[in-house]
Amino acid sequence: MRRSSKPMSRKPISRRAVLKAGAALTTLVAAPGVLRAEPAPVKVGLLQPISGAFALDGDLAKTGAEYAVKEINDAGGIKTLGGARLELVIGDSRSNAEAGAQATEDLQGAGVSAVLGGFASGIALTATQAAARYGLPFIVDCAVADTITERGLKNTFRFNPNFSMATELALKNLVKLNDDAGKPAKTVAIVHEDGLFGSGLAKLMQEKLPPLGFEVLESIAHPTPARDMSNVVLRIRSLNPDLIVPSHYFNEFVLFARTLQQQRVRPKGIYAVFGGAASSYRFVNEFPEAAQGVMDCNHWGDPKNPITTKLRETVTAAGKFYAYNTPINYSLVHVFAQAVEKAGSADREKIIASLATNEFDSGLMPYGKTKFNDKGQNTSALPLNTQVQGKDIKVIYPANYAEAKPVFPINS
Amino acid sequence: MYSPEIVIEALLNGLMLGAIYALIALGLTLIYGVLHIVNFAHGALLTVAMFAVWVLSARFGMDPYLSIAIVAPLMFAFGYVLQRFIIGPASHGKDNSILLVTLGLSIIIENALLAGFQSDTRTINTDYSFRVVEIGPLLLSFPRVVGLGVTVLTTLLLWLVLNRTDTGKAIRAVAKEKLGASLVGISVPHVYAMTFAIGCACLAVAAGLLMPSFYVSPKTGAAFVLVAFTIVVLGGMGSVPGALIGGLLIGLVEAASGLFFGDSLGQIGIFLIFIVVLLFKPTGLFGVQQ
Repeated sequence: MRRSSKPMSRKPISRRAVLKAGAALTTLVAAPGVLRAEPAPVKVGLLQPISGAFALDGDLAKTGAEYAVKEINDAGGIKTLGGARLELVIGDSRSNAEAGAQATEDLQGAGVSAVLGGFASGIALTATQAAARYGLPFIVDCAVADTITERGLKNTFRFNPNFSMATELALKNLVKLNDDAGKPAKTVAIVHEDGLFGSGLAKLMQEKLPPLGFEVLESIAHPTPARDMSNVVLRIRSLNPDLIVPSHYFNEFVLFARTLQQQRVRPKGIYAVFGGAASSYRFVNEFPEAAQGVMDCNHWGDPKNPITTKLRETVTAAGKFYAYNTPINYSLVHVFAQAVEKAGSADREKIIASLATNEFDSGLMPYGKTKFNDKGQNTSALPLNTQVQGKDIKVIYPANYAEAKPVFPINS
Repeated sequence: MYSPEIVIEALLNGLMLGAIYALIALGLTLIYGVLHIVNFAHGALLTVAMFAVWVLSARFGMDPYLSIAIVAPLMFAFGYVLQRFIIGPASHGKDNSILLVTLGLSIIIENALLAGFQSDTRTINTDYSFRVVEIGPLLLSFPRVVGLGVTVLTTLLLWLVLNRTDTGKAIRAVAKEKLGASLVGISVPHVYAMTFAIGCACLAVAAGLLMPSFYVSPKTGAAFVLVAFTIVVLGGMGSVPGALIGGLLIGLVEAASGLFFGDSLGQIGIFLIFIVVLLFKPTGLFGVQQ
């Protein structure tokens, strides 16, 4: 077979031609926005416990964040970046602090502009620290330990209320609740898990309740996980307090509430602060009798916002139980998107500067305008008071978000 | 201080919780007595049994107590196969290898459960889960009362099997003198596997008794197994009555120290006893000098 043997042009490439080509290439690389049809997406990391003990929470958070990302992208993406789309990158903290830091490193490797989430205080502490090394902005959800924003980390912001802010409000509302009902509660028993979270709360309550006119009869600690709550409940039965202030994680809260029911201990009220199960639809569905009337002061989305209803329907349709993680992470993504929008850049430093100086709409959370102080704490954040009423969890305080009147005392 | 009613009720609660501990320790002590190994997979196997009870209840609506009739033979077969075809051959006759094989097994089982069931905690809600038995002013948990009764029956049954049947005789023979037993024609691997299987069946009974009032997650077994180890040492390693008495005693101590020092410190009592026993009677309450 014969080939056409056209002689190849062997013109030597001149130095000038190389330079020209090089210059053209540089322009191409430097200005991708001009040459490509679509702007580069803005990657944002979501650090949540997808597996491990808190997997349920991580899953609910993911649902909320994904919903918000879709909403923002469908509405045309980040306008100041030419309609850049948001791209969610999930990091699994596997419900423990070490893995949380590792997952943050992975997100850094994936080239995200910021990390959202954290969920538990222990995880948020290590993860924000890991992110700080890369100047990677980190907006914390749910985690309440005050120390998270008190280490001078420039990259760390917290969207939700911290522990001190929440307890202060919880106490104020407790006094109001009691006063409105004609002061039926005078004595209190505190029941708490003996970790950082429960003991911290118990200590604070022991200091602050007596000046408000409550007598703290006893503060009862138990380990997590607890095999049995009958001793704790027996002690409460012998103390016979008007009010019980519990703080434990989900399993222990359920065990405690069920044992109270079994031992026929009927206080005038159960008032939890960041209660493990008190604002969980799973608890209400599985043990409606034990859950009846339980009050909580916790993160909670604005019940009157129609998107809250939509999110709840999405979660319920997937066969899961709705909790606050969903609206919080929905709102977090919106706060992040606004920060990028206002920065006009996906650059980490510019996003940090934007978060530190601007005000943001708070999405579904009842915070009004979100504003981070010099430590990175959202000063507008506040928890809501809820109560299990029938098969539902209703907001009872503050008045502008309330769906129902508090039922107190419950066993009169 | 507490009224006598409260103290008595707490102690009775402890006694009944101790019965469940005893049942878990029973399998452990039997396996130790015959195979001379500490079975690290015991906690994980308890979790397997609890999940089996949960699945039968959640999928087929079976009562947790009735499901013991299905789960116990299943666990028996599972234990037999595990010892005969995995632990036995993999250990090549060395005790310290068996130790590592059971440790490895526990890790595999826990993670397999995690992959299959996720880390959520599961509960079974029955009509009688939180029912109480009223005796005068005392309100005793119904599942606990049942637990105590069934544990005593199981121990009695186990004692009869060990002392009145040929298998029991073979088990005791192997425990005392392995070489001699094999010389008179007893198949040692078979007896080992039978012992392991009986131990696993005890766990199935414990699982059925626990599930009406407790929860299960892939890590649940770990909460019980450390206490079970303590009971085995306290009662005398390899002793069946020792496990029962030891279990009841540990339950009492946990309840009493929980009531007076708080639940966070309740565990201290258990381990104080553990240390005291090791110091003054290293063979345990019913142990024999080897």
